[in-house]
Amino acid sequence: MYTLRLGHLYPDLMNLYGDRGNVIALERRCRWRGIRLEIVPLGLGDELDPEAFDLLFMGGGQDREQRAIFRDLHKRKGDALREAVRRGVVVLAICGAFQLLGHYYRTHQGDTIPGLGIFDAWTEAGPRRMIGNVVARMAIADLNFTLVGFENHSGRTYLGPGCRPLARVLVGYGNNGEDGTEGAVYENAVGTYLHGSLLPKNPQLADYLLGKALSRRYPGARLSPLDDRLEQLAHRVMVQRCMSDGRARSWSR
Amino acid sequence: MGGAVAHAPEIGGRTRSGFAEAWVPGTLEVQKLLRLCFAIILAKLIARLCRALGRAGSTLPGRVALRIAPGLIETLAQQARRGTVVVTGTNGKTTTATMLATILRSAGYRVVHNREGANLLRGLASTLCRAAGVNGRLHADVVVMEVDEATVPQAIVRLRPMAVVVTNFFRDQLDRYGELERTVGLVAEGIARLNARSCAVLCADDPLVAELSRWVPCRLIFFGVETRPWVPREMPHAADAKYCRQCDAPYRYEFLVYGHLGSYLCPRCGHRRPRPDVRLARFEPVGASGCHLEMRANGRSVAVRLKVPGAYNAYNALAACAAALSMGIHEEHIIRGLESFRGAFGRMEAVRVGGRRVLLALVKNPAGFNEVISALVRGADSGTIGLVVAINDRQADGTDVSWLWDVDFERLTQVAHRIQLLVTSGTRAHDMAVRLKYAGMDPARIQPIPGLGQAIRAALDAVEPDSLLYLLCSYTAMLQARRALERMKAVGRIWEDQ
Repeated sequence: MYTLRLGHLYPDLMNLYGDRGNVIALERRCRWRGIRLEIVPLGLGDELDPEAFDLLFMGGGQDREQRAIFRDLHKRKGDALREAVRRGVVVLAICGAFQLLGHYYRTHQGDTIPGLGIFDAWTEAGPRRMIGNVVARMAIADLNFTLVGFENHSGRTYLGPGCRPLARVLVGYGNNGEDGTEGAVYENAVGTYLHGSLLPKNPQLADYLLGKALSRRYPGARLSPLDDRLEQLAHRVMVQRCMSDGRARSWSR
Repeated sequence: MGGAVAHAPEIGGRTRSGFAEAWVPGTLEVQKLLRLCFAIILAKLIARLCRALGRAGSTLPGRVALRIAPGLIETLAQQARRGTVVVTGTNGKTTTATMLATILRSAGYRVVHNREGANLLRGLASTLCRAAGVNGRLHADVVVMEVDEATVPQAIVRLRPMAVVVTNFFRDQLDRYGELERTVGLVAEGIARLNARSCAVLCADDPLVAELSRWVPCRLIFFGVETRPWVPREMPHAADAKYCRQCDAPYRYEFLVYGHLGSYLCPRCGHRRPRPDVRLARFEPVGASGCHLEMRANGRSVAVRLKVPGAYNAYNALAACAAALSMGIHEEHIIRGLESFRGAFGRMEAVRVGGRRVLLALVKNPAGFNEVISALVRGADSGTIGLVVAINDRQADGTDVSWLWDVDFERLTQVAHRIQLLVTSGTRAHDMAVRLKYAGMDPARIQPIPGLGQAIRAALDAVEPDSLLYLLCSYTAMLQARRALERMKAVGRIWEDQ
């Protein structure tokens, strides 16, 4: 029986938009395949061993909570997190966590909050919140599927040449509402603005991440297929609805 | 346009003081009086038209009336002889306000109250226009208004309440309100504008509410739970205030009632729950549908048998009791009022449809949904249940349904063997079905039926005669479900557990 370990960073502080659903999805999709997924909470004060985990997850938080973890993230976990990414550990960072993994966040007042610099990306506070449903098409080679989710952010994130976008937006704003990119990929680290939760409704992305983690720990091992009819139906219903809403919007413009 | 929902249009540049304070019917300028009367008449006509078309008519009349007479809320509300009470907070607004209105009525007061929960400015205006005479007079002793958190600053300026009750703060509709801290900030802004003769009635057990005391410029009453030992409970996964408001260290809880409500203490800086003035001294559930409560304040004691279940309803009763005491209402009226309370609009309403027992409950955020699941899991000993969960994502529900993943649905698996039927419905029927699958329910038994009327009919047909059918609905789904049940000739509130 295979065993994988997932480190959940700041589970009770960075959990704003049902982000725990991503961890639930990974755990269930492992269990249904007979893979044991050990989930280790990594809170304030806990050390992060870059060797110990196959997957790392961090959700979004409110400003107050992001301030509360800021020192701990930089002082205790930053180097280990960078090291883990270098070694190919699978990382998923949502919304606020995605921003914290870039170079910096520049606030309305012009203050610069440094990030971990894992993604060659930076974020600037924008004039209005970008809120709504999102449909995007995966931009990673060989992956031809759509993502559905919900975004709610005022930060605009821009990508440098050192990382690639995760997806291209079909409906919604994405990273900044300007260049059509959504999220970022560097090595096996993925950042994105999408919640909803993301992975339960996008089982192909969940399996892409799990497959990476599994084959890294157990070379040659592959994920067995699951019955995803319910998930695919939920996915399809939202894609159709958003695309027809999107068309209606562009006509009325 | 979507983002404008929570904000009332600022009409004209009128300073509020001139219009509101100088108003005495005799001296009012004729033009203003005519405008007011015209607005009221028009609102009444529109309300009648809405009802004829089968709509609630709780917001449109007020919206139109405010266009014509922007100052009508202050002009009408300030005619209430004893004044106005505002009830706000994330959960329990409707129930607390309805309980308070029931208490005040049993004390003989004439009460105007927005019972359907239309709690933006236009909803308040609709309620006042419906109660007012076409001559611009409002014959009322007390106005009780539940008010949306984001509307609190404007509502306090216009209503000039004699009391404001704040129940709790939980994450709710993040797409609309933004982060919880912003909501708390808005309520604080409103509280700071209370006048010196008012009274703030705050929940001591919620660190986010208790913190509002810093802004209170007037009399302050805390309510909270003090029965011990409280049944020990685990913190839900998506708790909103686990960390000290002053120094960010994790709170230690002496006891936890539900969500993040309880007796908290910061081991690092000593910040702790303020001592409640109105205390819940006893709480005993009675079956699945009621509880015994005893509340104490200043040596006075109020013991009641409540006909609604759950710790969250105990808090609602405590809040209503604290508000009533602050107004000098006698214990006897509080007891009579609370004992005659049978549930608020769409909140755990029990009905019978064609011989089937149906329990309709509003679910709109993780904290409330977790408590409904608690009641369902505890109440399930008696027999099999059918479950319809209807989630819409319209503006009034919140367009983001991510919060479903913050609800601890995994607890439903404890009673999976008693769940005879599992239907998901609403515009997000499929999201809800996926959530239940990942909570560990058998996917083969989950039926997504987006049309709510169809879902209810299918459930009523399939459910066994002695089963209890739970209908758990987001806000607009609840309104749809009520209309569907009315069409099916549901008999309201006759069934009771014992």
